[in-house]
Amino acid sequence: MSLRIVVCVKYVPDATGDRRFAEDTTTDRDAVDGLLSELDEYGVEQALRIAEASGDAEVTVLTVGPDDAKDALRKALSMGADKAVHVNDDDIHGTDVIGTSAILAKAIEHTGFDLVVCGMASTDGTMGVVPALLAERLGVPQVTLLSEVTVADGTVTGRRDGDAATELLQAALPAVVSVTDQSGEARYPSFKGIMAAKKKPVTALDLDDLGLDAGQVGLAGAWTAVQSVTARPARTAGTVVKDEGEGGTQLAAFLAAQKFI
Amino acid sequence: MSSKDFDLFRISEEHEMLRDAVRSLAEAKIAPFAAEVDEQARFPQEALDALLANDLHAVHVPEEYGGAGADALAMVIVIEEVARVCASSSLIPAVNKLGSLPVVLSGDEALKHRYLTPLARGEGMFSYCLSEPEAGSDAAGMKTRAVRDGDHWVLNGVKRWITNAGVSEFYTVMAVTDPDKRSKGISAFVVEKSDPGVSFGAPERKLGIKGSPTREVYFDNVRIPADRIIGAEGTGFATAMRTLDHTRITIAAQALGIAQGALDYAKGYVRERKQFGKAIAEFQGIQFMLADMAMKLEAARQLTYAAAARSQREDGDLTFFGAAAKCFASDAAMEITTDAVQLLGGYGYTRDYPLERMMRDAKITQIYEGTNQVQRIVMARNLP
Ligand SMILES: Cc1cc2nc3c(=O)[nH]c(=O)nc-3n(C[C@H](O)[C@H](O)[C@H](O)COP(=O)(O)OP(=O)(O)OC[C@H]3O[C@@H](n4cnc5c(N)ncnc54)[C@H](O)[C@@H]3O)c2cc1C
Repeated sequence: MSLRIVVCVKYVPDATGDRRFAEDTTTDRDAVDGLLSELDEYGVEQALRIAEASGDAEVTVLTVGPDDAKDALRKALSMGADKAVHVNDDDIHGTDVIGTSAILAKAIEHTGFDLVVCGMASTDGTMGVVPALLAERLGVPQVTLLSEVTVADGTVTGRRDGDAATELLQAALPAVVSVTDQSGEARYPSFKGIMAAKKKPVTALDLDDLGLDAGQVGLAGAWTAVQSVTARPARTAGTVVKDEGEGGTQLAAFLAAQKFI
Repeated sequence: MSSKDFDLFRISEEHEMLRDAVRSLAEAKIAPFAAEVDEQARFPQEALDALLANDLHAVHVPEEYGGAGADALAMVIVIEEVARVCASSSLIPAVNKLGSLPVVLSGDEALKHRYLTPLARGEGMFSYCLSEPEAGSDAAGMKTRAVRDGDHWVLNGVKRWITNAGVSEFYTVMAVTDPDKRSKGISAFVVEKSDPGVSFGAPERKLGIKGSPTREVYFDNVRIPADRIIGAEGTGFATAMRTLDHTRITIAAQALGIAQGALDYAKGYVRERKQFGKAIAEFQGIQFMLADMAMKLEAARQLTYAAAARSQREDGDLTFFGAAAKCFASDAAMEITTDAVQLLGGYGYTRDYPLERMMRDAKITQIYEGTNQVQRIVMARNLP
């Protein structure tokens, strides 16, 4: 039977835009354009490479997000994924990472999987805990933060490059992996890929389809509550050290005052 | 009373996605070398590699021959986005279309298979050989001869200003087969770089598009099999002109891209540059210049896209639209890039900033594939 790969992708606000928060302290999605999280492009790329190497695999991209999140799916499909699943429900608004992982896990089970591929973190939330939460919820092994990953004979093998050591890791499928931005440059959608993406199936699911209750997710169901948000103060001109012979001493004094040295 | 799904006068979602994809590719893989390619007047190999890796080097080739089968508007978008960061590099996809379109339009099935397939696979680029030292605007005054000899044609002559000469594997060559019939006595042929008797002149030393090689091509008793003729004998000039109807739109696309690159850069600069205690963007004199630049660019873009749609449909008024788009967009690009240099003041005049390069690159779009004077002759003869 063919290898079923599910890639979790997130639709995030463009980091080069002017990102803001809405009144309920959630991300203001109207204020800025969204896109497929750059870190998830690495996940899509690795899934496609595994699929190409296996010769008999199907890559499904999965997102939980509002209507516009279909753009992230479309991009992943144009890169070469076979089909997409979009979980979209008004009640999902404000869901935290615990709730998101619950929705993703249900949707992955609903789709069927041998391997789940995630990026190392989202470029907006940057928590990087979804892969571990998913593995726990799905009851399968997790092999995270890989810079190299291959699948053969029902086993996923990967390399994790740490500060102190490089680890070679293995797990029996089904499993969850996450890949880093060192795993290999993500491909650009080709013209043919873009044209083909339009015709690929996108399944829409809501909380009912997944057997989830609105109370388990959303802003009210979140385990954490954001009380207030404050914009980072604008950058100031900074301190200019004029070197009149004892510039080095002044620099050292400044760094010491900031507790850097 | 708005309806967001009103789909006239906007390009499709797929075309926008293509623009996004080519823009990120061009910014990451082509832009970093643009200044160096210009400075050293060297071939933009990095751009060719990036375009090949992403199947963007010749997107116009139909799917039957292994190509991407992109429509004329998609082609325009690819060229626009490459030219936005490096005009020299944009001649790779543009001239692949120019060189091979005679085969697409008039070649027989065997010739199409033989030459479009390797082009699509990235095994060889295609050049277009029409101009000669004594035959520029008056292209029908060419002297290059092709004489029939049994199952072969024998070519002799000189073509000048041939883009990608020496780099391309394949050359569409227009040559006189019946000197008594002027334009109706011209035929088109495919010549290969490796055919004995083909050689190249020294690279021209140009004002702009310095990364795009322009050389003479010499044909010294070049014997080619008779089946290398493109279409029937005597139809070569008509094929060459029909080709230009379509490809002038790609020159318009280059002009748009160069102008967009200049406008984007200048727009950012005026926000940062402070004089008289404020950003120069706050002066109305500067704002009016930017407004004019954006207006001209957008008008040129709309005309070019309308022309591209006509190219795809092969509408009856394509000849007028192709000439109009090329002429208008290239004139606009020259004005916009000149004004963009002005907005940077002295800095714009130096090679530390990309604008003087863009201004030099814009100039060629008013000259090749028929000067803008010639475009006006074409338009006047084909008034809508
Ligand atoms: C960088 C570069 C790349 C090129 N690439 C190619 C290529 O790949 N393949 C190819 O075949 N050619 C190519 N060309 C040639 C180009 O198309 C010609 O240079 C162009 O057609 C003009 O011809 P010319 O240079 O002989 O100018 P001329 O024809 O001598 O023109 C000189 C001037 O007279 C004007 N003029 C001429 N006739 C008239 C008239 N009847 N009414 C009013 N004004 C007129 C022209 O507009 C121009 O201003 C290239 C040229 C350059 C510079």
